[in-house]
Amino acid sequence: METKGYAHKYGDNVDTDVIIPARYLNTSDPKELAEKCMCDIDADFVNKVKANDIMVAGFNFGCGSSREHAPIAIKASGISCVIAKSFARIFYRNAINIGLPILECPKASERIDTADEIEINFDTGEIINHTKGESYQAEPFPAFIQNIMKHNGLMNAIKEGKE
Amino acid sequence: MGMTMTQKILAEHAHVAEVKAGQLIEVDLDMVLGNDITSPVAIKEFEKYGFEQVFDPGRVTMVMDHFAPNKDIKAAQQCKACRTFAYAKNIKHFYDVGEMGIEHALLPEKGIVGPGECIIGADSHTCTYGALNAFSTGVGSTDMAAGMATGKCWFKIPEAIKFDLRGKLAPNVSGKDVILHIIGMIGVDGALYKSMEFSGVGLRNLTMDDRLAMANMAIEAGAKNGIFAYDEITEAYVKERVHRPYKTYEADSDADYANVYHIDLSAIKPTIAFPHLPENTKTMEDIKENIVIDQVVIGSCTNGRLSDMETAAKILKGKHVAKGVRTIIIPATQAIYKECMKRGYMEIFIDAGCVVSTPTCGPCLGGYMGILAEGERCVATTNRNFVGRMGHVESEVYLASPATAAASAIAGHIAVWEGE
Ligand code: SF4
Repeated sequence: METKGYAHKYGDNVDTDVIIPARYLNTSDPKELAEKCMCDIDADFVNKVKANDIMVAGFNFGCGSSREHAPIAIKASGISCVIAKSFARIFYRNAINIGLPILECPKASERIDTADEIEINFDTGEIINHTKGESYQAEPFPAFIQNIMKHNGLMNAIKEGKE
Repeated sequence: MGMTMTQKILAEHAHVAEVKAGQLIEVDLDMVLGNDITSPVAIKEFEKYGFEQVFDPGRVTMVMDHFAPNKDIKAAQQCKACRTFAYAKNIKHFYDVGEMGIEHALLPEKGIVGPGECIIGADSHTCTYGALNAFSTGVGSTDMAAGMATGKCWFKIPEAIKFDLRGKLAPNVSGKDVILHIIGMIGVDGALYKSMEFSGVGLRNLTMDDRLAMANMAIEAGAKNGIFAYDEITEAYVKERVHRPYKTYEADSDADYANVYHIDLSAIKPTIAFPHLPENTKTMEDIKENIVIDQVVIGSCTNGRLSDMETAAKILKGKHVAKGVRTIIIPATQAIYKECMKRGYMEIFIDAGCVVSTPTCGPCLGGYMGILAEGERCVATTNRNFVGRMGHVESEVYLASPATAAASAIAGHIAVWEGE
């Protein structure tokens, strides 16, 4: 599994309230959610983001409410991977369970700037920054997470495991 | 190597003798919870993948609390989706308007969760039930869907931080101040992925409501769960509520902790978390200027319980809130609401110029029933003060105990109650 796109960078403690504010939670439609993604900290995000782009952030990304609407909104906005120094644990679970790849890599999080062109190999955990001519190493997914990703989410993995 | 309380509960539910931090396991669940926001997503997933029945209709709980009584048409649609599903699947614990309360106050109160159990909930504050010596943690809607379908969930065994408590709280200090103090000390990611385990001789001086408020906010330190050792106070609480056999767990004496903090409860002062993170805590000595406020909210899954109402009533009795401070009081469940009426708290609140609402999350998550305008400030007994949490992105939420919130409502600015 691989992806390539441009970076959108944010700081530490990006919480799920800013990823998708509660006032928009009266729907669970991914397209509607994506239209409001990040609107409270980056009103222009939805206009700038393109398919396969990468989101980059600091410590504790996705903290706060357990709303799965947050990774759903990010995935539906076109983002193909989130890289952060660390993730809040419920966000981490949710992202994996819905098949949104996320990587913990402090070095990448520090070095990558907005608009850098990034390529990621999920099998090896290698993150290449084409703009800066650098590469960073993240921990590749353990086997069971790879299995969930391969099935594009937990529910599929369960369903197919059963049949 | 010994195991922590959390590790022991997880090992038991995974049917293995021993587990180690970092290990991935699959556990059997005693209860799967969802609310009116997260359940519709889980239901959609459940149906999309063609599951027909939940693993056990007695082990799924749905509570309509966030936007209920329905805030708008979309909220009505979401509650309807839950209701339809719950009736079709014979979900035993489905709580709608008239019998619902805020989920994390309701489940312990009704004995739906008990000691030693393993519970997941599609709501981050599911960690509240750790107060009862249970393992409970917040998950997302897909985990809820998978949990409803299979009765199982995957976990990475967490490391733990131990909080060894001693001493006794001052009369104007409560569990809320203790947990705010701890989050101020370790930070919003201070317990990331870890368990927070509370034990020590000081436990006997913490009521069940204190413990529920503390376990509730474990997630605000990034923790996977917060859990309290079992004692007579736990036993007295669950005895009348949990009518099934249960098992209690204590940590092994040689359990491994990432960190141990020794906390003297008598040294803790009324603590307030300033915008926009629960870790921005201050005590009155640190607050130099008068922080004038527009609203006070006393309620939520952190502090909407009977003892919180009692504290507020005690402070507001015979007083009036300051002109211009909209004071909204929300008892967390129907039972608490009714008891407030019986005890005459409602009259005290109304005479003091407050409004009292039916149980709902409402303003806590900026849903409805008390949204803030640009530049407005609120002292709230809730658990999050993120940007825009209670309304406009330029509004501010200050987290505090019910005593501090009530005293602030009367003063018109942030103030602590000095006691009787
Ligand atoms: S009261 Fe607030 S924190 Fe508690 S469940 Fe409701 S919205 Fe969540």
